[in-house]
Amino acid sequence: MSNLSLIVVLLILMALGYQLGMTRSRKVATVNPDLRMHSRPHHYGMMVGLWAVLPAFFILLLWLWLAPAVINSMMLAQLPADVAALAADELRVVSQRIGNLAGNFGVVADAADWELAAAEHLRQLKANSALVLTALMAVIAAVGMLYSLLRITPRLKARHQVERVVKALLVLCSTVAILTTIGIVLSMLGETMKFFSYIPPGEFFFGTTWNPRFSTVGVGEQGDFGLVPLLAGTAMIAGIAMLVAIPLGLMVAIYLAEYAPVKLRNTAKPVIEVLAGIPTIVYGFFALVTVGPFLRDLGAAVGLDINATSALTAGVVMGIMIIPFISSLSDDIITQVPKSMRDGSLGLGATKSETILKVVLPAALPGIVGAVLLAASRAIGETMIVVLAAGNSPSLTANPFEAVSTVTVTIVNQLTGDNDFSSPQSLVAFALGLTLFVITLLLNVIALVIVRKYREQYE
Amino acid sequence: MTIIAENPIKAVAAPSQVQQKVIASLNRRHRKENLFRRLGLTAVLISLGLVAVLFINIFSKGLPAFWQSAITLDIYFDPQIIKIPPMPQQRDDESDNDFRQRHIEWQTEIGFVNFNRLITDSLQKILPDANKHRRDLARVVTSGERFALRDMVVADPSIIGQTRTLHLLTDANIDVWLKGNIDRSLPDGQQQLSPKMREWVDKLSADGVIQNRFSLALFMNPDSRSSLASAGLAGAFMGSFYMMLVVILLAVPMGVAAAIYLEEFAPRNKITDLVEVNINNLAAVPSIVFGLLGASVLIGWFNLPMSAPIVGGLVLSLMTLPTVIIATRSTLKAIPPSIRQAALGLGASKMQAIFHHVLPLAIPGILTGAILGVAQALGETAPLLLIGMKSFVASIPASPFEQASALPVQIYLWQGNELRNFFEARTSAAIIVLLLMMISLNGLAIWLRKKYEKRW
Repeated sequence: MSNLSLIVVLLILMALGYQLGMTRSRKVATVNPDLRMHSRPHHYGMMVGLWAVLPAFFILLLWLWLAPAVINSMMLAQLPADVAALAADELRVVSQRIGNLAGNFGVVADAADWELAAAEHLRQLKANSALVLTALMAVIAAVGMLYSLLRITPRLKARHQVERVVKALLVLCSTVAILTTIGIVLSMLGETMKFFSYIPPGEFFFGTTWNPRFSTVGVGEQGDFGLVPLLAGTAMIAGIAMLVAIPLGLMVAIYLAEYAPVKLRNTAKPVIEVLAGIPTIVYGFFALVTVGPFLRDLGAAVGLDINATSALTAGVVMGIMIIPFISSLSDDIITQVPKSMRDGSLGLGATKSETILKVVLPAALPGIVGAVLLAASRAIGETMIVVLAAGNSPSLTANPFEAVSTVTVTIVNQLTGDNDFSSPQSLVAFALGLTLFVITLLLNVIALVIVRKYREQYE
Repeated sequence: MTIIAENPIKAVAAPSQVQQKVIASLNRRHRKENLFRRLGLTAVLISLGLVAVLFINIFSKGLPAFWQSAITLDIYFDPQIIKIPPMPQQRDDESDNDFRQRHIEWQTEIGFVNFNRLITDSLQKILPDANKHRRDLARVVTSGERFALRDMVVADPSIIGQTRTLHLLTDANIDVWLKGNIDRSLPDGQQQLSPKMREWVDKLSADGVIQNRFSLALFMNPDSRSSLASAGLAGAFMGSFYMMLVVILLAVPMGVAAAIYLEEFAPRNKITDLVEVNINNLAAVPSIVFGLLGASVLIGWFNLPMSAPIVGGLVLSLMTLPTVIIATRSTLKAIPPSIRQAALGLGASKMQAIFHHVLPLAIPGILTGAILGVAQALGETAPLLLIGMKSFVASIPASPFEQASALPVQIYLWQGNELRNFFEARTSAAIIVLLLMMISLNGLAIWLRKKYEKRW
């Protein structure tokens, strides 16, 4: 039986246990009319269902974890003595071949007789393992169900048991987020350490040329892995994006929060927020086929030499994408500024714009800075727009009209090429990813701290 | 503002010097006020204009690609060309293996049939000078259509010997030529079609034999590199569908469970604080970092298959988890404590109060958050590239464990195709499909919120 069908059977067993438990608890209740049952019938049902399924499920997990290794070693133990004496890595090749034979896949060259015999043995072992597993699970499920059924008495606190399991499940789910963070940090740290065993960290963080070459060039030809040009490109594009997004986003927020009639506000706000929901690949395509050529022609008209794919193209389009991040967050923050502050300023004779510029904005400034930092971290981590529209040329330049490359683009290029997964050319992607993770994490933490502090002020 | 117009100072016959100064400064300040206000309005109009430009641009480029040049031909399924025995049936005394062997032999035989001859024979009847230009003749109909003919024969062998009128897709370059996506005045050397072909195509188009028809291929076919005109989105669509299924089955229940624990049960202490900060940060981690996680952990350690929707779904689940948690928490927070207190006061346990009374009230909000999370996952590209979904897949995946593409990845692949003037429109069409799906998801979320929203 496949694992999936085993799980389906477990679910059916659970339903069966639920029914049995309910019936049994009702019967117990009628037998002892003078004793009140501690829990509702469905609690007893759920308890029996859980007893039937949970132990068997753990056995399944344990089996899936341990069985392959055990089966493999049992198969290896039956091999002829001369084969069994091979080194560990050669043995791995052998067991791979036998595994392929047993799964009816082809192997290179004709299979030897002992290989066929081993494959047959392996198939037998696997079939036995599945049989044993099924039997074991059936027994454990039956025992669990019987045990819990027999335990049902008016005094049994079934609800407490069920609720404890449910709570454990809830806790388990809320640790997934933590585990993800730990997984990200650990996996990237591991690969980055491997990378630093090829390239010293100093060369990576302070090197000014990026030219990783290909892993096939040969040993000793490591190429240059300098982070600086990529960081510079990232900073330039994010900077251009912020130059577009901050004035526009902030003015939109101010106008919608302070001036706009309710009708305009209620239509304009969601329409502008549409910009935040559009997939980034769409922006990338828009930048590549529309904005890039437009900017190039514009540049040609005024005598500037602008590349169609350049830091400017990517930055402008990214800025458009980020407008709603800044406008929505700032809008929320501006509307949170207490009305009394506005009234005080207006009452002293200030115009509305003076009130906004000299009273409301200074009061909202920390929150707006937080919003800007969040938007900046979004811009730094953005990938698809830059992949399509920045031109991918990792050179150190201060000219925004030229093609550049960024950290994110380089991650994509290094991991989607034909590089060997354990070559420095691939591993560098993880070092870059870790750098990106740390930068965005810092920005987010600072932003969250600022926003939080500000909120407390007016609450 | 209106106050100045009725300013009593103005009514005085001869304003003093101080008054003049005040009026001048007031006028200056009001000018500034107006300027500032116009600046704000301009910013709003620019932003709205950008939304409009983006959509008009994509739609004007992509809508024509939903209709594609197709040629109407009378195809005679010539028994002289299709000489194949009937499809083998399994005999009672035959083992599965032997039958499979016979079936494969039969399929090989079909593979040798020159279905393209059926098309060229039919074309010869309407093009008088066809015999002199056999190379061009074979290129009028896109190469994928011969397999459509083969499938028709396999599905219904009785068709052999009959004539059917069919609409067949023309070559991609013909579509480009007829839609005017290439400059017709270019010299022969730079044209993608030969002079003879252009003459034929214009004539057939004028005769109505080649017409623009709604392109089912775009929706029904998987991607193709040999027959560009019949490249479609079906494979990518199924890939995205499986991934969304994984996200819905994993991220949504797990996110809701986590939110319930954090909001309702967790004690307020350092650890839960840390979890909260962690979730907020995770929501802002660049998506590409999740791709790296998938590449190193799921593919590197757990040995899951590359390019499979199951891996993509897992990566996207981890990515959307914080979104779902945050949305669910804010919904739970908005439900007044009186509901919980009433339930607890009547003797319900905490678990009963939450699952029987709080959660049902929170469902609309949770659904809204979940749908928005799924929409976000649907449009994500970068992490998928890192787990190998960049590869070309020419089949429709039958399970989440097979190689597949995804809608946004398909857009990425198509925009890079060399036949630029055909694929620019087709990419835009793919974008329209993706945008429509996202808009309908978001619309659903808004509708749910409007319909079930409760103000406490």
